[in-house]
Amino acid sequence: MELLEIRWHGRGGQGVVTAAKFLAEIALEQGKYFQAFPEYGPERMGAPIQAFTRISSSPIKLHCSIERPDIVLVLDSTLLSTVNVAEGLKNNGLIIVNAEQSPQEVKRSLKGIGEKKIKIFTLNATKIALETLGKPIPNIPVIGALAKATGIIDLGKVIEHIRDSFGKKFSSEIVEGNVKAVKRAFEEVKSD
Amino acid sequence: MSKALALTGNGACAFAMRQINPDVVAAYPITPQTTIVEEFSSYVADGLVDTELICVESEHSAMSSCIGASAAGVRVMTATSSQGLALMWEMLYIASGLRLPIVMHNVNRTLSAPINIHCDHSDSMGARDSGWIQIYSENAQEAYDNTIQAVRIAEDPKVRLPVMVLLDGFVISHAIDRVEVIDDEVVKSFIGDFKPIYPLLDWENPVTVGSFDGLYGYFFETKRMQAEVMERAKMVIKKVGNDYGKVSGRSYGFFEAYRLDDAEVGIIVLGSTAGTAKVVVDNLRDKGIPVGLLKLRVFRPFPLVEIVEALNHLKALAVLDRADSIGSFGGPLFTEIRSSLYDLSMRPLVVNYIYGLGGRDIDELQIMKVFSDLQDIQETGQAKKAINYLGVRE
Repeated sequence: MELLEIRWHGRGGQGVVTAAKFLAEIALEQGKYFQAFPEYGPERMGAPIQAFTRISSSPIKLHCSIERPDIVLVLDSTLLSTVNVAEGLKNNGLIIVNAEQSPQEVKRSLKGIGEKKIKIFTLNATKIALETLGKPIPNIPVIGALAKATGIIDLGKVIEHIRDSFGKKFSSEIVEGNVKAVKRAFEEVKSD
Repeated sequence: MSKALALTGNGACAFAMRQINPDVVAAYPITPQTTIVEEFSSYVADGLVDTELICVESEHSAMSSCIGASAAGVRVMTATSSQGLALMWEMLYIASGLRLPIVMHNVNRTLSAPINIHCDHSDSMGARDSGWIQIYSENAQEAYDNTIQAVRIAEDPKVRLPVMVLLDGFVISHAIDRVEVIDDEVVKSFIGDFKPIYPLLDWENPVTVGSFDGLYGYFFETKRMQAEVMERAKMVIKKVGNDYGKVSGRSYGFFEAYRLDDAEVGIIVLGSTAGTAKVVVDNLRDKGIPVGLLKLRVFRPFPLVEIVEALNHLKALAVLDRADSIGSFGGPLFTEIRSSLYDLSMRPLVVNYIYGLGGRDIDELQIMKVFSDLQDIQETGQAKKAINYLGVRE
């Protein structure tokens, strides 16, 4: 696998950094190389934040920021009107948005796409999280959507990792809630 | 047996500290060093180490406590960044003057003002004359490896000097990376037991440490000896780098020469930027352009002879400094590198690029610009401008 660069958009408190870390751990288990790094600023609960992930089958030497991502993950659809989430996205790149709207509706509200060919996926990760975990934290469901949309990670590995790593810290109810959440996200994510 | 983990740079440093199991750690939190001490504190709380963790009220006290504990005769570590290192200032010189083998992470962050928590090397470059060994890390793996080697280097009877392990703030400290760690037992036997020399707590053989020496004492001789010991540390650093290769599969020298042997132009850089620069070197090499890179790992002691030998064949050389020396002529690395080459009859044209201050991102394009400038210099045989600022808005 060539170098794949991912940019995460979310708001402080939505688990963006946790999700970027989670993805790195899954990449590790799949024998891949990775980097995950947040953009540090004056972060506060609710403020827009970004994080980045690189995944590759060979060692990653780059230590600069990601300006031209292959994939953009948006954990909060209210960011679409305030942040240019498509900025720098590569041609044939893809965007996965946690939103109630359809991919077509999201596409219409996106700015800065221009002539670029972009594939858009949406899922209501907040609803899934509320129904499976009782909390509106969309980060883990979005990983399920990423598995479906890209195939860069395997759903089975994601579930395995949730059971292994969450199993050490949380009750089986929370662990299985997360498993249910990624499975539902995998099934419910829609593309344009 | 080694295994790969997903760790931040700071996590990798804390992991190494757990394996080293120092007797005393005295530290004060400062961004971006904080998570080293935070994670190490968890190891202490979980009973995974035997360390006496002293939570002090400032970095001045942190280094003072380290000095006291080290002089008492135990293995001591700490960590800091930026303003914290600045606050330790006077104690840094005392640690080295007393030949105390303290190992400290400095997670590189700039110095205020304006207030900025991000990476540059102003903090550690300011401490370059303090008598500490300085070892820079390109990534989390090297931060881990350097930490373990630092203990052996510092404590070697031929050295007994404090060692600073440097890693770039946020870029490395807070980025999760793949890190191969070696077994606890291997680390334990690699570093060996701490052997105190003239410990204060040996009351059968009382000694005085840090006494007033006076105008007619041995101050000058002590400094001369420190210079000699620092020079002697070179062979120990080299041996430890080789020995580490035997237990980990990763050997280390004073620097890494990357595609440099047959290069016509090259750059020299410290820390994480070396990684990005390697990608640029590879891309230009694919186009048949003979460029190379020297990533300096050991800045103190300065490996003069080896550096000159590695660089003397180049036509043009760019020194990348992530620190300025305001009022001087170029950054600290530049003045030393250019001066090192002075005795050669045929020497490369050397230019300076000051970059990345306060965490300003340095990407492939900026490094490509440097190589393109170097090609111009090579072709025309002259450098238009010796000191350049890369990526600044002017």
